[in-house]
Amino acid sequence: MSAYLITIATLIAIYAIVVCGLNVIVGFAGQISLGHAAFFGIGAYSAALLATKGGLSFWTALPCVIAVSAFIGLLLGLPSLRVKADFLAITTIGINFIVEALFLYVPFFGGALGIGGIPRVMFFGIKLKGLAFFYLCLFFLVVVILICWWFRRSWAGLACFALREEESAAASMGISPVRFKLLAFVIGTGMAGLGGALYAHYIRFIAATDFAFPVSILFLSMVVLGGMGTLWGPVLGALILGALPEIFRPLVDYRFLFYMVLLLIMIRFQPGGLLGERSAVRRVLASIIPGAHQ
Amino acid sequence: MLLDAHELHISYGDIRAVNGVSFDLQEGELVSIIGANGAGKSSILNGIMGIVPLRKGSIHFDTDEITSLATHQRAKAGIRMVPERARVFPRLTVYENLMAGAYGLRKRIKIAKQIAWLHDLFPILKERNNQPANTLSGGEQQQLSIARALISEPKLLLVDEVSMGLMPKLVDQVFEVLKQLNRDHGLSILVVEQNAMASLKISHRAYVLETGTCVHEGRASELLEDPKVKEVYLGH
Repeated sequence: MSAYLITIATLIAIYAIVVCGLNVIVGFAGQISLGHAAFFGIGAYSAALLATKGGLSFWTALPCVIAVSAFIGLLLGLPSLRVKADFLAITTIGINFIVEALFLYVPFFGGALGIGGIPRVMFFGIKLKGLAFFYLCLFFLVVVILICWWFRRSWAGLACFALREEESAAASMGISPVRFKLLAFVIGTGMAGLGGALYAHYIRFIAATDFAFPVSILFLSMVVLGGMGTLWGPVLGALILGALPEIFRPLVDYRFLFYMVLLLIMIRFQPGGLLGERSAVRRVLASIIPGAHQ
Repeated sequence: MLLDAHELHISYGDIRAVNGVSFDLQEGELVSIIGANGAGKSSILNGIMGIVPLRKGSIHFDTDEITSLATHQRAKAGIRMVPERARVFPRLTVYENLMAGAYGLRKRIKIAKQIAWLHDLFPILKERNNQPANTLSGGEQQQLSIARALISEPKLLLVDEVSMGLMPKLVDQVFEVLKQLNRDHGLSILVVEQNAMASLKISHRAYVLETGTCVHEGRASELLEDPKVKEVYLGH
């Protein structure tokens, strides 16, 4: 594989991790979030700070990074208990702008210069770069997918799905809306933090604009395109939207226009996403492989 | 006394839906609250379940005061509701809907045994086991909603307008099931109904509601004979 392809593949794997997390919040628990890039950024900045100023290795910092992202996710998940759909969308957009502004204007976070000189990940004394780092991202992606797979089959997952479908009916069955919405935010933002840590150690120079609002739109587009609430949807969405700008390089300036048009088309014609129930892709898969609809 | 609701007041903004309604229910009783559309019947059930807040009043369940508990805590105390229009989880399968009803109870109840019993009670649910709930007909969704409440072995079942949108034959069937559950299993049931005739026939006692206040109460058999009730609610 050429270095160029490895770079694209690594970024797609990192995006897939982050977007799987967004899928837990949006797809599993039904809580709209337009500020997921903020948590991707919180993960990246905490990893960068712990590595450059704290002198910690990637591995010792990683649990802290995930914990910090998940804890801030818990705090910022609190509005979801009070506000519904459209207001939550606006609240999460606001969170994204506030977090980005903090990174940009607080000198501790490097200000407009961002944070540079983030070391590479070491693994038993070997510097992970290129293909090796891609495999590391792939490993974490597999872990994240396994967690999502387990979550979908667990009682907690069922409780989230029930809340997503009919909140008051679920509550009158003993399912606590507070507990499971916050659980979804904690898991989802924890995954974003993991993705952020990998991103910081891969790019090795981060700045506030890497985690701006359009990045949140990109993440949400990936979830909607692939299929909200499905297991593989986020991975497929990250793959397609991660690869497209590379394939259509000359059109890169128009990519957000493209994402918006894509979102509208998906919502109009395939609201369940590419891998959603009764989607065209699923019907084709089912006709090729009997029993694949599960 | 299993349920004791005292002076319930419920408002939506400036609109007073329920104005000082009191009622009670003994263990093993089947009680109806009847009244026209907009009389505040559903508000009362939602108030008991904690889905809408009370402006004033108190609710005791099984000797404990539950007025300040959240909905899910009331459910854990043993109250279950069959909401208006069934409110099944549309994209979850019939089986997943039932399991959601058993959430948090896997140590207390034998889930497999309960499901087998519910499949006996509503055979259609067994047939539709792996179908998403939104592919079910209205009547099937009502049955699923009842089964989803029953799987938890509730102490008190609240039933909200179960006859709405069902064909008459199905209404009779559903009410027959409620009667059976009360008679054979001793399940305490509070029914809220616009279809006064059908619900009075299976009830022990009933309360008649008019624009947020209780205007009659008594034994269901007596209310069925009461000329005033007959005229207004039973269409004679």
